[in-house]
Amino acid sequence: MISTRNLKRRLPILPSFLMLALFMAGPIVWALYISLTNTSLTGTAAQDSQFIGLDNYLTMLGDPDFPNAVWLTVVFVVGSAIIGQNTLGLFLAIGFRSASKAIKKTTSALVMAAWMLPEIVVAFAAYVFFNTDGTLNQILLSLGVDPIAWLFEAPMLAIVLANIWRGTAFSLLVYMAALDDVPEEITEAARIDGASSSQHLFLVTLPIIKNSINTNLMLITLQTLSVFTLVYTMTRGGPSGKSTTLPVFAYDQAFRVADIGYGAAISVVMILIGVIFSVIYLRLLRSEGDKNE
Amino acid sequence: MNKTDRKVLKRNPKDRLAKYGVNASLVLVSLAFVTPLAWLVFASLDRNAGVSSVVPESLTLQNYEEIMRPDVALLPIWNSLLLSFGTAFLTIFISVLAAYPLSRYKMRFNQTYLYVILFSSSLPITAIMVPVYSLFVRLGQLDSMLAVILFMSASSLPFSIWLTKNFMDSVPVSLEEAAWVDGASTATTLRRIVVPLMTPGLSVVFIFVFIQAWGNFFVPFLLLFSKEKETAAVTIFRFFGQYGEIAYGELAAFSILYALPVVSLYFVMSRSLGGSFALAGAVKG
Repeated sequence: MISTRNLKRRLPILPSFLMLALFMAGPIVWALYISLTNTSLTGTAAQDSQFIGLDNYLTMLGDPDFPNAVWLTVVFVVGSAIIGQNTLGLFLAIGFRSASKAIKKTTSALVMAAWMLPEIVVAFAAYVFFNTDGTLNQILLSLGVDPIAWLFEAPMLAIVLANIWRGTAFSLLVYMAALDDVPEEITEAARIDGASSSQHLFLVTLPIIKNSINTNLMLITLQTLSVFTLVYTMTRGGPSGKSTTLPVFAYDQAFRVADIGYGAAISVVMILIGVIFSVIYLRLLRSEGDKNE
Repeated sequence: MNKTDRKVLKRNPKDRLAKYGVNASLVLVSLAFVTPLAWLVFASLDRNAGVSSVVPESLTLQNYEEIMRPDVALLPIWNSLLLSFGTAFLTIFISVLAAYPLSRYKMRFNQTYLYVILFSSSLPITAIMVPVYSLFVRLGQLDSMLAVILFMSASSLPFSIWLTKNFMDSVPVSLEEAAWVDGASTATTLRRIVVPLMTPGLSVVFIFVFIQAWGNFFVPFLLLFSKEKETAAVTIFRFFGQYGEIAYGELAAFSILYALPVVSLYFVMSRSLGGSFALAGAVKG
């Protein structure tokens, strides 16, 4: 039984509860519902939609564009986050420990700057950088390499590189903090025992910061899964679907093809993927907490 | 490690070589990271800027002057300010209310609620944008600035409540107890004692929410469509997304003008948190 006093004490939570119920839980439930209908953006099916069961999900299974979008999302997440940002962030953080102070300061400021900029500004600068007459081709030309139209011939590579540019700072900050917690004595002991730098990295440093690596990988995966602006504004998912990741695919189906029902079904799949990764992440946090206690 | 050891290590030629290697690679990374930025800065100061990186013949602020008109940059920036301040104030207000019972009372409900909050803070917002649009159509809330502010606050709430609750935990209850003895109500102690004591923490939360709202492109792009409500991110996209002649110099100037507030806020925040390391901690939540 909830007493009046307890009820009164919980009252201040109510506004937040209502907001989360209406704007976060609401859309998720709504997505489940309209994914079972033929709701469209315009026309009669916009107002008068019909229940069509699992048709949208069956369409998805037969739609060759769907596995394409899933594959490109995997390429984007693995290439830009797990390999790109994570490794670069880790190596920068390790390098910072033996670099000269001025170089360390300059590098971290520049890496941070790209992270602080609003996403649309990053997208615009990257769009120009990878343009046929852009800076990258200027550099390649001066090295004697033939320029290529990056955004048309290698759109995924351009987007992956742009996202590494934008997001490395996050991993860098996580790893700088993690390496600060590695006791100096252990580093010294390994050194005196004559460990080579690669032995030192793989047998000493990485095992010690394992928890930070796991947390970082989960967080950047979740962030990268939901990137829309960078991809959409650089290439619009093109040319002919060659850079259509899942968020862009859902947007295209809902607003360009005007099939909100199908777009919602794709959203449900994205929500499920997000839920799976969030649960893994929370598990990780919990087991870390247990160890600390 | 004492000083003489350090000197011995430094004299080792192999270590020295390794140090040169590290410094050289860091310089390379810096160059890679600065190149796209350098274009942005140079183009904004060059009246004839194109997509290529060139050192401008003459530096001018004319691009900035050109965009300082209500119909070009000023109205969109005003709209972004409205949206971001609205979102940040509303989020903080609701977070403080919610954080108080979560921080002060021991109830089983708290654990569950905090868990739900932590969980929803990691859900990707992009995934729900299609249903949100459809929901806004049904509720007749498309193109409403207020509804967009409500939605953006809701999406920042999980993270904000989490941080606010942690900051509130560090305000000792004993201070409030003294006031209660003097007859103050809980609402009074919250307003007069707790909130003032956690102002540094709250300003960090405020800045975080503000930066997120300010930089958001997808939400206003999808939910607002009349020209007089357009936010700066959407204007920038409309300029470079359209085919034909793009005024690169002016667009670069607009981008820098638009980025300036958030970049300065990051500096304010890293100062008040004591360095960039604390930033990562705050981001980790």
